[in-house]
Amino acid sequence: MQQIINFIIRYKNFLLYVFLMIVSLGFTIQSHSYHQSRFFNSSNWITGNILESSNNVSTYFGLDRENQKLMHENEYLRKLLFNKKEIDTTALDSVQLTYTITTGKVIKNSFADPRNYITINQGKKDSVKPDMGVITSKGILGIVENTSNNFATVQSILNEKSNINAKIKNTNHFGSLVWNMKQYNVVQLVDIPRLVPLTIGDTIVTGGMSSIFPENIPIGTIRKFDLNTSKSFYNIDVALFNDMTNIKNVYIIDNSNREEILELEKLTETNGQ
Amino acid sequence: MVSNYYFLNVIRFILLVLVQVLVFNKLNFFGFINPMVYILFLYWYPVKENRAAFIGLGFLLGIAIDFFSDTMAIHAASTITIAYMRPAIMRFVFGVNFEFQSFKLSNTTRAQQITYLALLIIVHHFVFFTLEIFSLANFLLILKKVFATGTATLILCLLFGSLFSVRKE
Repeated sequence: MQQIINFIIRYKNFLLYVFLMIVSLGFTIQSHSYHQSRFFNSSNWITGNILESSNNVSTYFGLDRENQKLMHENEYLRKLLFNKKEIDTTALDSVQLTYTITTGKVIKNSFADPRNYITINQGKKDSVKPDMGVITSKGILGIVENTSNNFATVQSILNEKSNINAKIKNTNHFGSLVWNMKQYNVVQLVDIPRLVPLTIGDTIVTGGMSSIFPENIPIGTIRKFDLNTSKSFYNIDVALFNDMTNIKNVYIIDNSNREEILELEKLTETNGQ
Repeated sequence: MVSNYYFLNVIRFILLVLVQVLVFNKLNFFGFINPMVYILFLYWYPVKENRAAFIGLGFLLGIAIDFFSDTMAIHAASTITIAYMRPAIMRFVFGVNFEFQSFKLSNTTRAQQITYLALLIIVHHFVFFTLEIFSLANFLLILKKVFATGTATLILCLLFGSLFSVRKE
């Protein structure tokens, strides 16, 4: 017993180091295989507030460009609206809508890591829940991963773990959108079968297979494509529409049918076994 | 005098965390270089302090940065590594001298200080990027990031060091 205590006292620094290392590695490795930790994220109260107050200052530097962006979007939406034959305002009653939209502001953005997360200033209080889709006026951005009362972290499409259903516009050939961690303006679309005719410059949009994003939200254009090692599927490099380095205003999409879809899928899965 | 001394370290801790997360995490020089200047805290931390407390502080520092940058506990793992290895690195750079009571960082030569800082940075960045990228297939990417970010960190730390260094008495 004496010897054990002596041993612990003599190597206490080393043991402390090993203990702390195991703790850190535990958190880190767990996040590689599963979700971001519930506690170790920037949506908590302290970090959220510090990041937000910093953002309150820095946001003024980009106001001009941001206004321009929003004007362009309004212009586009107005054009759609005015050219529509008839407008039925009762259809905008929120009870009947499948998708509802909340706006938010980015208070922290990163794009240089293998696993990038964006923090936004909307949380549980604004009825933002995990697994909602987040887009900007130009294209998709990511999926909400964790929420606190006032903030939420978003798993960016520039994240190793990101996997989003996407398709080639005006066709029904869909694949998965992933990121190879190399460039912040290029993501990869995989699992598109070889028989699909592709051209450089084709637009990639979200597919209808996910219960997170509505169909046909723009993602980017094809920059380059080649066959994968098995020669049966394409690896496509997609140049993003979004400038991931400069994002201020975002829209958070809530699909009111999502729970029903998930429930049904779960039911089918258990019945199938 | 003693409280003054703790006060200085607490202020240094908070300021370095804030500077790191509010300024340097957003730098993205060449698209991917984010220098990690908070290492200066471990560089400046007094030599003769309790080692266990030093490792504990290293962990706190790392986890504080991790909270802000959504990197799980990668920063913490790297900071405790350099906190643990610091005596070995110091012995390598300064010889047995550093264990004497009269040892002061400001009394050593410039070359020694730079070597000491550079070794801390290399170990830290190596652990950090290995854990961050987490695959040996991307070993070249790890080396590239260690080299590029390490250089930027070293230059900035030296600049900061000369700005805020304790005056020679």
